[in-house]
Amino acid sequence: MAGIVGYGAHLPRHRIKVEEIAKVWGADAPSYKRGLMLREKSVPPPDMDTITLSVEATRNALKRAGSIDPKDIGAIYIGSESHPYAVKPSGTVVAEAIGATPDIHCADFEFACKAGTEAMYVALSHIEAGQMKYALAIAADTSQGAPSDALEFSAAAGAGAFIMGNDNVIAEILYTHSYMTDTPDFWRREHQFYPQHGSRFTGEEAYFAHTKGASRAILEKSGMKPSDFAYAVFHQPNGKFHQRVALELGFTQEQIDPGWLAPVLGNTYSGASPIGLTAILDIAKPGDLVFMCSYGSGSGSDAFIWKVTDRIDEVRDAAVRTSKLLEENLIYVDYGTYAKFRHKIRKND
Amino acid sequence: MKMFVPRNWREYPSRYRLEASRFTKSGTVYYPKRMVDPETGDTEQETVNLPLSGKVLTYTVIRTSPDQWKDLAPYALAIVELEDGTRMMGQLTDCNVEEVSIGMEVRLEFRRVQTEGHSGVLSYGHKFVPKWY
Repeated sequence: MAGIVGYGAHLPRHRIKVEEIAKVWGADAPSYKRGLMLREKSVPPPDMDTITLSVEATRNALKRAGSIDPKDIGAIYIGSESHPYAVKPSGTVVAEAIGATPDIHCADFEFACKAGTEAMYVALSHIEAGQMKYALAIAADTSQGAPSDALEFSAAAGAGAFIMGNDNVIAEILYTHSYMTDTPDFWRREHQFYPQHGSRFTGEEAYFAHTKGASRAILEKSGMKPSDFAYAVFHQPNGKFHQRVALELGFTQEQIDPGWLAPVLGNTYSGASPIGLTAILDIAKPGDLVFMCSYGSGSGSDAFIWKVTDRIDEVRDAAVRTSKLLEENLIYVDYGTYAKFRHKIRKND
Repeated sequence: MKMFVPRNWREYPSRYRLEASRFTKSGTVYYPKRMVDPETGDTEQETVNLPLSGKVLTYTVIRTSPDQWKDLAPYALAIVELEDGTRMMGQLTDCNVEEVSIGMEVRLEFRRVQTEGHSGVLSYGHKFVPKWY
């Protein structure tokens, strides 16, 4: 049975609080915190990007996969909307760094916040088709929000990596379902530094319609109901949407709590539901069913139903837990440092 | 400027995978790799990947940095003794320079080490970060 053989996450240590951003733009911090259900977000330092986050998350995934030979990884797919180059693949750097070159297939995926689960979907398909022994899917972003825009309070950084395979899986894939339409709620044109969004249009017609569409379809396909699952994780553009869509679909607060990272992490874009899944696997028990549904603007959702196996107990502590990366040893930065780190300040060459 | 691209590319094995030479006769590890062991003249060697943790042996703080690392200044450059005894020099990152000390435990993390202006290649490798897990 195909599934996840190893998983890992990586996050920056730096954080900025909602109050710190609000102060600069004259925004009302308490109403943003309440409205978006966000307290702080991660900030990547200047020497960290989608490629470096991907390498570190992959190293953690390799630790949990046990003694697999990187040369047996037949494909590396990175889903991100912040690939460091406009033209030049990110995946080849990861392949080189883990020693998986040259007999390997690499591709960078893009689909706003859904690029990471696309990578997972395609990697799983290779395994199910018997094309290769292992396939690596990475969901990573160092997303940017325009200064003073609502997105600036949430756009964060992080990565999740998953090695898919057939043997020694820690979470079997039981069902997948993808659901998409052309719904332009968020975009970035070529040569533009910051993305734009359709404000309230990003809600009902976009995030909620697609997340619910994919979720209801996979539940129907599997004949399962929300109460069958131990945990559920959805895309989390802010704290609020994740909670609302989960409760409206019939999941409970207890089921979503472990994967609900946005309030203290922000929106890690492609990384959002995948990093949530790593936090869930960190505490899941053998036999648990896990529901996962991403969302990417443009728009679409990929839904997955995972079944955790006995092997989870052997591997979860082979690498750092996501909760540790999330909660410990943080460095809080002011807006000036954040603006410098995110290249928002115009300088001479 | 364009000379940097092939030079950087040739250094991938040592920068990305921390490949080093272990010579058969002496067992000495050299980083970056060498063709000949300068102590014994031995050319027989195997490639090893250096461990990803160590301790600060000595360091200096850079406050007036070259332009391309200005966003990170002030930062420390450290010579670190890795777990296998190999020593290497590199930048300490995610670390307040007031907190650096000799003997401090560090981990090696994959980072962007250099950028060729706004349009050139990005160069990757390892930096030291304080070890906390």
